[in-house]
Amino acid sequence: MTDALLHVRGLTVGFPAAHGPNEVVKSLDFDLERGGALGIVGESGSGKSMTSLAIMGLLPKGAKRTGSVTFDGTELTALPERAMRSYRGDRIAMIFQDPLSSLNPYYTVGTQIMEAYRSHRTGVTRRQARNVAIAAMERVHISDAAKRVDHYPHQFSGGMRQRVMIAMTLSMEPELIIADEPTTALDVTVQAQILDLLAEIRADTGAGLILITHDLAVVSEVTDHIVVMRDGDLVEQGPAERIFTDPQEPYTRMLLDAVPRIDDEIGLLRTMHTEEGR
Amino acid sequence: MIRFVADRLLGMLVVLFLVCLFTFVIFFVLSPDPAVQICGKNCTPEAIDQIRANLGLDQPFWTQFGTFLTGLFAGRTYGTGPNAIDCAAPCLGYSFQSSQAVTDMIAQRLPVSATVAVGAAVLWLLAGVAGGLLSAVREGRFADRFIAGLTLTGMSIPNYVLALSLQFLLVVTLGWLPFPQAVAFTDDPVRWFQNFLMPWIVLAVGMAAVYTRLTRANVIETLQENYVRTARAKGLSPGLVWRRHALRPALTPIVTIFGMDFAGLLGGALITETVFGINGIGKMAADSITKNDQPVIMGVTLLAAFLVVVGNMVVDLLYTAIDPRVRVGSSA
Repeated sequence: MTDALLHVRGLTVGFPAAHGPNEVVKSLDFDLERGGALGIVGESGSGKSMTSLAIMGLLPKGAKRTGSVTFDGTELTALPERAMRSYRGDRIAMIFQDPLSSLNPYYTVGTQIMEAYRSHRTGVTRRQARNVAIAAMERVHISDAAKRVDHYPHQFSGGMRQRVMIAMTLSMEPELIIADEPTTALDVTVQAQILDLLAEIRADTGAGLILITHDLAVVSEVTDHIVVMRDGDLVEQGPAERIFTDPQEPYTRMLLDAVPRIDDEIGLLRTMHTEEGR
Repeated sequence: MIRFVADRLLGMLVVLFLVCLFTFVIFFVLSPDPAVQICGKNCTPEAIDQIRANLGLDQPFWTQFGTFLTGLFAGRTYGTGPNAIDCAAPCLGYSFQSSQAVTDMIAQRLPVSATVAVGAAVLWLLAGVAGGLLSAVREGRFADRFIAGLTLTGMSIPNYVLALSLQFLLVVTLGWLPFPQAVAFTDDPVRWFQNFLMPWIVLAVGMAAVYTRLTRANVIETLQENYVRTARAKGLSPGLVWRRHALRPALTPIVTIFGMDFAGLLGGALITETVFGINGIGKMAADSITKNDQPVIMGVTLLAAFLVVVGNMVVDLLYTAIDPRVRVGSSA
């Protein structure tokens, strides 16, 4: 890949256990082009969230990361913590699953949007940062942003909170946005709005997007390349179109079958059956 | 906001009324006849009747209680005619022992107890929060375990054991502190400080242990919060993550506990004051209990209840300033 933004090779995440490390991500390879959108799909416990945290260098205590993560030509795994911090939030931003618990209840959303901006950009006045925060909130279609910037997270609805989270990442104009289950905690109608917003932002800013979800319907709308994971293994990857029309692996087919369709005959909801059972 | 305060005040009044009622029932109705006590050994039935009439003990319960409440808010008059005694509001009656007004006795001793409470509070808050933070930062390492051992010891030592050992060690054996002697702060500040140092330490040790554990647990729990992860993902420095995103949520619950503990201590530290011979509310309570001096016991009980209720309300009001989610009338 010539113009790759992110190269992941042999990425492995393990937790030390009595009988050797317990690997939750096993030797993962994938690439993301500049401005591309990648979906990482898998059921709970498949290691998809660990993959995103491994890229950010935010793995929980005790977790061990091996393999290579290259971002814009820089090997992230070799960076010291201080240097990695200058990437986090600034060039690689992350959106989390539960927007309520992911925002600090003690500070206004404006403060929380501003603090990343102020810590990455030197010589920024409070007023400038505030204007950036308001602009970011307007960009994610929060009406009355100049007033809402001084409100606290609990004064926003779930969908609006996730917009705030997105505004937080946007204020830094990152080259890569990692969204870990950004719509899982939201109503279906709100889910669609947030996905539209992510697609819109990608189109506007040219930022790359990694969308992590268990919901194939979600990735189908936004991404152009899909990685299917299971138990830390990469099952299959390819262009979104091909994964949906011509899945190669039985597991992918099962995932696809589990998505309820509006034109389904009325009957039992299909659930996943795996060879060894669960 | 005004509505919130009004609600709280109303609730406070209800609680205090109930406390009054219960203490009144316990101390005046269920206790042995105070008139006999006051009268002493050489007593005639007429004298007892006279005392009963003066104290209003011949009246039905609700009348007595009504007079007591009136006394609290508007003052009351004991007896009739030329021998009548006016007791100004807030009237808590007169000590059976010294015939002093209970209100005056409390007013004299409250500053002493407050001195004890404030000094101890400063010590335990500083030691507890600092110890808890250090413990949380060094979780699982030597410092954490060492502090855990200290807190366990601190919580296990009874107040009076610590008080007596300290006295023995610092005053008698080592002679580092002079023998306690009542002096005013203005006369001899050093001596004054030396007098209060031991009671402060004794009261602070157990509390500091509890606060250390609480702070440690809160900080460790807060560091697990999703918003701390968000702060890290924003690329904030660890110092900023700690100061801004971990400390404030972690220390907020400490405010609640501190308000209650401090208010409780203002109402007198019974054991510590008695052991060190400090003439505060606690010692007064201990003395009045041994002598069955009912008006004093009741006064002290009401004072303690009042302080706790007020402390609670202050904490509630503080919360509206500290925690935006509690801020009333600002929900969108």
